[in-house]
Amino acid sequence: MLDARGMIKRRLGLRLWLSGGWLLLLALAAILAPWIAPHDPLMQDLFTSRLPPFWMDGAEPGYWLGTDSLGRDVLSRIMHGARVALIVALIAGTATALIGATLGLIAGYFRGWADLVISRMVDIWMAFPPVLFAILLIAVMGTGLTSVVVAIIVIDWTRFARVVRAEAMSQGAMDYVASAQVAGQRRLGTMLTEILPNVLPTIVALLTLEMGIAVIVEAILGFVNLSVSTDSPTWGGMIAEGRASVHRAWWVLVFPLITLFLTVLSFSQLGEGLKDRFDPVLR
Amino acid sequence: MSAFLSIRNLSVALKGGPRLLRAVSLDVAVGEVRGLVGESGAGKSMIGKAVLGILPHSVEVVAGEIWLDGVDLLRLKPAERRRKVGATAALIPQDPLTALNPSRRIGRQITDRLVDILGWTRADAESRALELLGEVHIPDPARVMHSYPHELSGGMRQRVLIASAFAAEPRLIVADEPTTALDVTVQKQILRLIAQMQARHGTALLFVTHDLGVVSKVCSSLSVLYGGLVLEQTGVRDFFRAPQHPYSRALLAATPQYTDPMAGLNPVPESVIAAVTEEVAQADRGWRHG
Amino acid sequence: MILRRVLLRLLTTLVTLLGVSVIVFVTIRVVPGDPIAMMLPPGATDDDIDRLRRIYGLDRSIAEQYFIWLSGVVQGDFGTSIQTRQPVLNLVLRRLPATLELSIMALVIAMVIGGFLALTGTRLRGTRTEGAIDVTNGMALSVPDFLWGLVLILLFGVLWPVFHISGRISPNLTSEFSTSFYLFESVFRLRFDLWLDLVSHMFMPALALAIPLAAIIGQLLKQSLKETMHLDYVTLSRTKGYGENHVIIREALPNAVLPTLTLIGVQFTFLIGGTVIIERLFSYEGLGNMAIDAVINRDLPLIQGIVILFALLFTVVNLLVDMLYAVLNPRLRHA
Repeated sequence: MLDARGMIKRRLGLRLWLSGGWLLLLALAAILAPWIAPHDPLMQDLFTSRLPPFWMDGAEPGYWLGTDSLGRDVLSRIMHGARVALIVALIAGTATALIGATLGLIAGYFRGWADLVISRMVDIWMAFPPVLFAILLIAVMGTGLTSVVVAIIVIDWTRFARVVRAEAMSQGAMDYVASAQVAGQRRLGTMLTEILPNVLPTIVALLTLEMGIAVIVEAILGFVNLSVSTDSPTWGGMIAEGRASVHRAWWVLVFPLITLFLTVLSFSQLGEGLKDRFDPVLR
Repeated sequence: MSAFLSIRNLSVALKGGPRLLRAVSLDVAVGEVRGLVGESGAGKSMIGKAVLGILPHSVEVVAGEIWLDGVDLLRLKPAERRRKVGATAALIPQDPLTALNPSRRIGRQITDRLVDILGWTRADAESRALELLGEVHIPDPARVMHSYPHELSGGMRQRVLIASAFAAEPRLIVADEPTTALDVTVQKQILRLIAQMQARHGTALLFVTHDLGVVSKVCSSLSVLYGGLVLEQTGVRDFFRAPQHPYSRALLAATPQYTDPMAGLNPVPESVIAAVTEEVAQADRGWRHG
Repeated sequence: MILRRVLLRLLTTLVTLLGVSVIVFVTIRVVPGDPIAMMLPPGATDDDIDRLRRIYGLDRSIAEQYFIWLSGVVQGDFGTSIQTRQPVLNLVLRRLPATLELSIMALVIAMVIGGFLALTGTRLRGTRTEGAIDVTNGMALSVPDFLWGLVLILLFGVLWPVFHISGRISPNLTSEFSTSFYLFESVFRLRFDLWLDLVSHMFMPALALAIPLAAIIGQLLKQSLKETMHLDYVTLSRTKGYGENHVIIREALPNAVLPTLTLIGVQFTFLIGGTVIIERLFSYEGLGNMAIDAVINRDLPLIQGIVILFALLFTVVNLLVDMLYAVLNPRLRHA
């Protein structure tokens, strides 16, 4: 009993700090990549191909995490790959949240035919295998940053729409909303002043989660060679490369994988932490 | 000592918190029906739970002894204790709507203890269950055996639970407000049924209730509780003729049947509450946790 | 009453499937690249291109094409693959069993692991073990199958190579089978040598798919079990002399499973969706792998067929879960 809430808060704090710290580090690496990356991520050099990471025999100084089969520096490629990953996370995550949440609010608050149409669309979307849908969209639109962002929005808006619709519906049924309406507020006004602030914590928590998902989808698209472009370094592309030569040079797979793993975990932990922090019971 | 259940100085407390039962001692003789009376929060249900070993996780026994059939339950290992209780005691729960497992047939829920704990054959257990369902006046027992709880009414379910409690011929039954959750019309029938079954089987009964009217109909003796403290223990006849403790008197006066029905309810006076609260505080003096 | 509900359900399913087909149809016909040009050898004349275009119906409007395709589908004709010139239905049906076997195996693994975690967590509630299970579940949940697949490849393909990490079966054994349901066939024919080879190929991709679902089952079922453990009939069962294990498994579990079930249904469709990339990752010859090839090769009829099949699979799973729920819930069964 003795201050269990304090304990929970401290554990939450640690989680937030760790994941926030990792994402900050990654963001710095991404922003500063052109200046601090030890090598040109695209420079091929067959004389330095498949160099192991620094602690192993045969490592070359300056190639901290080794090189891939074309002699490209793994660390530099991870740093440059972070640029694509984080840009996609920010843009696609935010846009998905905006579009999905708006549709969810409309469906959940106004109900009626709008809800009917949106809910039916969600049902149809739920019957699509998302990864295949994304790949299909990129194949149609061609590779590139815009295509990747659009693909993520198209496959994942339902996540926000579903959750926000349900929340808006339960909020809409509450007394304070009714009293606001009785007091003469217009429907749209009520939605923005009474419903939205109460749904916002959920949206924020989902948003960080969505950023992690966007990073994964980008990696998967890179893995099947359908991400931003074939020559700029992406984590997914590195993983595909590493998967192909995993028996000869495991480090080409391990380091981007660890980066991706930590990033996805950080985003989801950040989301969980924010959700708990916004939770009025724990606050 | 003819007591079948003998509770000595039992103290139960919230883990790391205040006591809920304050050195309670009481005896139930073979075949005796003892009422445990008090307002909600008086600790009357807690006594039954402590005996049966189903105290909530947040609560623990901090002192005392519970002698059941010549054994101190609190000194047994958990598994031994469960077996001892399962073989000699039973519970008639408060709410028949939640006390039956919704996904298991009635028959199985009556016979499971007989087969698994007491080692009867399934056939013996089933014929016993049929016989008991008849005893509690359930029409078409064979059909009910194969029914699920949701197919029966609340009153029927309470009958099933009574049959189930008596199935293993326990020497002690704890009835935890067995009529509170039922309709008023059904309450009387169930009360009569419990009294009937008790008389027929000669089972000792620990009857937890807040209703003195019920006590007067079913019990032979009673203990009055307040704040986890036993205030008065006596025979039913003596109690209704001349209650000793001021709180008992106030409680009796507050029960409508025993005063002028037109006068309405007389709540227990503030002064009595203050006095009895002081008595509880007195009991806690010198008591230290753990 | 029940009949009306079933009919309504079938109708919405049909609407969903039609919606999926329209969206796919429209999407892939905005393809800028010309699939026909890619099919022909260099030096083909414009006439050749036009002729092929007519054969595949690509010279008509999208609406016309859709109705031609739809009337074919109603007669069981999903068109012809541009890449392999074989009927789409045959191609798809030959690969479906591989994906089904993988998904079902993953589901079984997820239920075993998730069930074990939930029961252990409930049995040891309030201890450090429960805390450890919660943390593990939380991590397993927030990392998707794709990453678990890569982790497994490194752990059990490279570091400690005990399982195969590519393919469905050793290539020299494919001729042993007369159906495409390799796993089921090997069991029915009691060929445990084949079965072992299959499982050592399937286990890694199946486990990768199973880990997030196992975590979800573990979490939901444990929560549901812990709620059930407070109910009166569980307490009553304790007074009968039953121990903790019996109480959890026989009294609480059957009732705790029901609310978990519908959620597992939705999650299982996510798992099936995950096979697309996991099959690619493990070079497993299933539907998903074929789908990615079809997209890369712009094989329009094949893409359509596969997406529709996936959608059908999803809706069938949801339907089955609803039916299972009705069967397992005595309240509905007798209503």
